[in-house]
Amino acid sequence: MDLIWEGLRKALELLLTLDPEVLRITLLSLEVSGLATLISLVIGLGVAIPVALNEFPGKRLVIALLNTGMGLPPVVVGLFVTVLLWRNGPLGFLEILYTPSAMILAQAVIASPIIAGISLSALQHLPPGLRLQILALGASRPQMVWLLLKEARLPLLAAVMAGFGGVISEVGASIMVGGNIKGQTRVLTTATVMETSKGNFEVAFALSILLLVLAFSVNAVLTHLQQRNRPR
Amino acid sequence: MRTPRFPGWTWLLAASLACAGLQAGQPAAKTVILATTTSTQDSGLLDELIPRFEKQTGYVVKTIAVGSGQAIAMGKKGEADVLLVHSPDAEKALMAEGSGVNRRLVMHNDFILLGPAGDPARVRGKAAAAALQAIAAGHAVFMSRGDNSGTHAQEKKLWAAAGLKPEGQAWYQQTGLGMGQTLAVAAEKRAYTLSDRGTYLALRKKLGLEILSEGDAALLNVYHVIEVDPARHPRVNTPGARAFADFLVSKAVQTTIKEFGIGTFGSPLFFPDAGRPE
Repeated sequence: MDLIWEGLRKALELLLTLDPEVLRITLLSLEVSGLATLISLVIGLGVAIPVALNEFPGKRLVIALLNTGMGLPPVVVGLFVTVLLWRNGPLGFLEILYTPSAMILAQAVIASPIIAGISLSALQHLPPGLRLQILALGASRPQMVWLLLKEARLPLLAAVMAGFGGVISEVGASIMVGGNIKGQTRVLTTATVMETSKGNFEVAFALSILLLVLAFSVNAVLTHLQQRNRPR
Repeated sequence: MRTPRFPGWTWLLAASLACAGLQAGQPAAKTVILATTTSTQDSGLLDELIPRFEKQTGYVVKTIAVGSGQAIAMGKKGEADVLLVHSPDAEKALMAEGSGVNRRLVMHNDFILLGPAGDPARVRGKAAAAALQAIAAGHAVFMSRGDNSGTHAQEKKLWAAAGLKPEGQAWYQQTGLGMGQTLAVAAEKRAYTLSDRGTYLALRKKLGLEILSEGDAALLNVYHVIEVDPARHPRVNTPGARAFADFLVSKAVQTTIKEFGIGTFGSPLFFPDAGRPE
């Protein structure tokens, strides 16, 4: 119990004194996971929309693959991305291993299937007649897609939250492709692991609390967007 | 019907992607990848040395703190520029294989055998081999790193020297974690374990473990710096690696190593060795 109070006190202290190192770590967590989520949103919708709106052979297989992808273990993604990005690996020429870009890439791989999977079921859940109705009113195809997305806004924002939640909290991929380098790729989760291994439990606890606060703040904003003038 | 326009977030996305792209464009020649052991990071030594090196030379160091086994594997693949490691046999194999150049002595400390204050296997004061034999005879729980780190390599060597094969025994457990976490597990389980002195001193106040065996010549823990051979791995940053290795063995840094930890822990964590014979 002492540890928890000590951690809370330390977290408050780090927050109030605006410790520059902690601030940088927190902002980098937000930046990396935020960008990864945005990229995943584009990829996720890019996959979910055509799959939802078209019938084609193998559609069930694609959906099953997407749903499996929602559970991709971060360490597996981390290992895979590391091997790809090695200097002597196929994408080595990019020279982004151990940079925030590599972490964004790995996290986008983790979040994309999550967002695609939830968006797909959201779009499939819309009333089947809606599409015909919109087209009958003379909408072009892009207009129809846009209206469907608006209609499914609630579950789509839930997809974004699930994607963001998945990557802001993961540590396996970030530590492998980022390297937990001080001042460059250290984020809240990797710093927590390191402080724990150094035996600085209060600091680790304080970082965990910051992580929870950050995740809550982002979700509060998204929830606000989601619940504001809900469709009907 | 309203015509669709680009929703706000697409612009945001485009702008942020551009930012991410800019961030990635760090010139590689100015980056040095240092693969090293968890003990140099967990003890805080690198936090003191790296910023100084960066300021002096303008290089940006990417420190990847892993077990010595992984650090040496990264060197073999040319995925690191310079190694600071403490696993002499594996280092010699790396040099023999031709992946490293210029292996130089940097510093040493020593390994210590730790255990609970109660010392159920009665190893206190025994030499390393005798202590391990007592642990095995008493079936006392021993917590091994089990991660191919320098400490793990040293531990395996000690068991072999004591004529024992502990793998597979119920009392011999492996964490697969770094030194700091392994010490925490050992403390929690009241187990024996082998640690480098630096990490133990840095964590001592949080552990209930005591030093039970120390000072044996077999317990010496030696750190070398090795530059990865550019002839075999052309993408290696040779000037950066050389600059970092030279920095570590320089007089000023050797003095820092000598004094590091005295203020915080009451005794030095490492002893500088540059230029001495092996």
